[in-house]
Amino acid sequence: MADEQPEKQEKKNAGKILLEELTRGPSAEGPWWRRAGQAMLIPVLAVVSGLILGALIIIFTSEEVYVAWAQSPLLGIGAAIQVVASAYGALFAGSIGDPVRIITALQSGDELAIRRAFNPFLESLVASTPYIFAGLSVALGFKAGLFNIGAEGQLFVGAIFAAFVGYSITGLPAIIHIPLALLAGALGGALWGFIPGWLKAKTGGHEVINTIMMNYVAFRLSDWLLSGPMKRPDSFNPVSPTIQESAMLPRFFEYPIRFHLGFFIALAVAYMVYWLLFRTTWGFTLRTVGANPSAARYAGMNSVASIMVAMSLSGALAGLAGTNEVLGLNHNLAMAFSSGYGFDSIALALLGKSHPLGVVLASLLFGTLRNGATRMQVVAGIPIDIISVLQALILAFIAAPAIIRTIYRLRVPVEAEEGVFIRGWGG
Amino acid sequence: MAPVLELRSITKRFPGVLANDHIDLSLQEGEIHALLGENGAGKTTLMNILYGLYQPDEGEIFVRGKRIEVHSPSDAIAAGIGMVHQHFMLIPVFTVTENVMLGEEATRVAGILDRAAAAARIREISEQFHLAVEPEAYIKDLPVGVQQRVEIIKLLYRQADILVLDEPTAVLTPQEADELFKIMRSLVERGKSIIFITHKLREVMDVADRITVLRRGKVVGSTTPREATREKLAEMMVGRAVNLEVAKHPPKLGEPVLEVKDLVVLDERNQIAVDGVSFEVHAGEILGIAGVQGNGQTELVKAVTGLRPVMEGSIRLLEEDITRATPRRITELGSAHVPEDRQQDGLVLSFTVADNLVLCTYYQPPYARGVVLQGQAILQTARELIQEFDIRTPSPLTSAGSLSGGNQQKVIVAREFSRPIRLLVAAQPTRGLDVGSIEYIHQRILEKRDSGCAVLLVSSELDEILELSDRIAVMYRGKIVAVIPGEKASKEWLGLLMAGVPLEQAG
Repeated sequence: MADEQPEKQEKKNAGKILLEELTRGPSAEGPWWRRAGQAMLIPVLAVVSGLILGALIIIFTSEEVYVAWAQSPLLGIGAAIQVVASAYGALFAGSIGDPVRIITALQSGDELAIRRAFNPFLESLVASTPYIFAGLSVALGFKAGLFNIGAEGQLFVGAIFAAFVGYSITGLPAIIHIPLALLAGALGGALWGFIPGWLKAKTGGHEVINTIMMNYVAFRLSDWLLSGPMKRPDSFNPVSPTIQESAMLPRFFEYPIRFHLGFFIALAVAYMVYWLLFRTTWGFTLRTVGANPSAARYAGMNSVASIMVAMSLSGALAGLAGTNEVLGLNHNLAMAFSSGYGFDSIALALLGKSHPLGVVLASLLFGTLRNGATRMQVVAGIPIDIISVLQALILAFIAAPAIIRTIYRLRVPVEAEEGVFIRGWGG
Repeated sequence: MAPVLELRSITKRFPGVLANDHIDLSLQEGEIHALLGENGAGKTTLMNILYGLYQPDEGEIFVRGKRIEVHSPSDAIAAGIGMVHQHFMLIPVFTVTENVMLGEEATRVAGILDRAAAAARIREISEQFHLAVEPEAYIKDLPVGVQQRVEIIKLLYRQADILVLDEPTAVLTPQEADELFKIMRSLVERGKSIIFITHKLREVMDVADRITVLRRGKVVGSTTPREATREKLAEMMVGRAVNLEVAKHPPKLGEPVLEVKDLVVLDERNQIAVDGVSFEVHAGEILGIAGVQGNGQTELVKAVTGLRPVMEGSIRLLEEDITRATPRRITELGSAHVPEDRQQDGLVLSFTVADNLVLCTYYQPPYARGVVLQGQAILQTARELIQEFDIRTPSPLTSAGSLSGGNQQKVIVAREFSRPIRLLVAAQPTRGLDVGSIEYIHQRILEKRDSGCAVLLVSSELDEILELSDRIAVMYRGKIVAVIPGEKASKEWLGLLMAGVPLEQAG
């Protein structure tokens, strides 16, 4: 029956494998550093591979390299190295900071210069913040066996609620107004997540379809609100009134640094999600329902409630991503203000293996890449879209760990071959 | 006479395990050679080497005195070796003919499939060996036993004359198994030779000509059914004396714990599966439910444990009406459930052993304080249970999915038996397990009964039912057709009742 060797490998449905990877419990034995190392190995190698392939794309799409190559192969190689170095150098300077500039600024002692020198790094954190919230949203869904494709819509609804509470309520002190607005945003997202969750639990309607549909409703709802009820009275643009100062998330530095409290809220929320999933009975129920619904039923768990709670929480987290942008950065609600955070978050949850810590790290990476890309475009003339290609490549490697294992000759962990049966996919 | 097949000194190492250690095996023409051993003894590895799925580190394979190299299954097939795997390799939406042709399609001009020719050959094979398979039938419509015959036809179609059957009875009912044994007999009578892999002693005694026993990758001995006894074989397999006849005290009956009255339950297709069933289980007794699989036992168990809705009738557990109770309420009243499908219902394979051990109690103290899980308490309990129930796992934090089947079942047994329970519902508790584990689980079930627990045992293994039950209820087509005292029941009699022969005629 179960001899100690893996028997002939049965072909498994890709979705099933994916869910299997995602619902696997907190990893097994060994000291924490080894477990962490094992868990991060594939994502790190995927990022490295993505960067290498990205470099090749940069080389093959730059004219200079071809021109140099025509003269001599040596020149061609030199040009290739140069173009990659300048692109990735700019990416680094734009996202982490230019070391030379930082040192000069510190030596000069000019405060504005120092702030400017450190700004790229802090700006990367700002860019990472909505990713963290949205990534957690999708990750929590995955852990509960749900594909929440609706983070983008939940993000919009969260932003609408937060913006409304932000501008319409006046005279509150910040200490009350900010939590209230955050709560409203979470509530809006939760509402948008609850509806597909309820449909799934009660009627079996598949959450992938329903969350996608809810996205469109959310987009058009925000369009309508911004061109009507929530439109700034003195403006021709579809934009909401500016929120009260008491609802704005405090910033820590002066102009031009936009770094604000949202980042720390995101970290705190990540910890809360971790705690909820792995340290509470609610999380245990959620994860069991996600990993094996029939065992959950057998164990007396209420999977209907679990699905609704999971979708609501997932929605609340996505709502906070939108809320963060409104209260922390834009200070108003504009049409199409999100650059697809809700969709990128699916990638983030995958890259972070649905673990809150993993999601935070993945978000930092994506935020950094996004932020550095602007400078790369200006300085090295590499289109910003290369970042999307990079992200896609990294994701492809993550989604197909077999590729990474083959390239780097890694051994397949024994458990990966075990046939865990998961239903959520397609049913 | 030279053997048809000879394996000489086959050795296979896997990282950390010596799966096959210089194994010699010879198969004579026209014999059924049983390869007996516990799970993990190296039977499947050896056969996978023979079939070209693994390469041996040492050793040689001879077919009819000629040395052959087997690098892939196609080499094996070319040498006349065919294998029926434990899990069938059939395409459900294809017909028998299409499945048999697959990979060796008979074609007419321009690659057009010649189904008729193939079907004719299948019919011929089927008649020759009394296989009774209809070539035009779709696989999905066939019972498991017939699907297995299709696998055998596949081999015969490819002109294999050395057949390897890997645990062929694991998926069969006793009747289907007997049918298979007849087929095996007729195969060897017509010159085929069979290697029969199993860990079931009864089958070996029934059907084998010769028996080779493997333990931990080594051949521990060869014998014949005439010379051997079940006890001796079990001892060879396990490496110590095994108690096959469990010592049983007369039951000390207590008050009724479970009372089922006029129960009607539907199956997944909304057909009546349990049709007006009534019975009682008292404290301190084991009520065995015998029956061929698919006669309503599964639905009965699910209804009793709250996992399927009850259409009509009532269920009472310890004086409380649980007809509409939730599974959790039933568990909290003191009911334990060893589910029929352990991987599907009983375990979360991706979770750790520790988490699986508290799957039903994680929300109660000491494992949770309020909503906060107490990791230390969970780990502590897990360590104790692993010790007490002898679960072979590297650590409590190993995932349940990486354990062997026997140890997975022990995890479930440990979880369910360690609670203070009044009712134990055990469905197929030893299916697919090896002798050592079966002995162990039987012992534990009897201990529960002796300590005053009411036990509802559902099994399609007649031996198990006969060995453990104080009373036996036979289920046929959703009804209980007879309830008889355990000591009065005989296997033949039960077999007749299970096949639907009325009590008066069977008696």
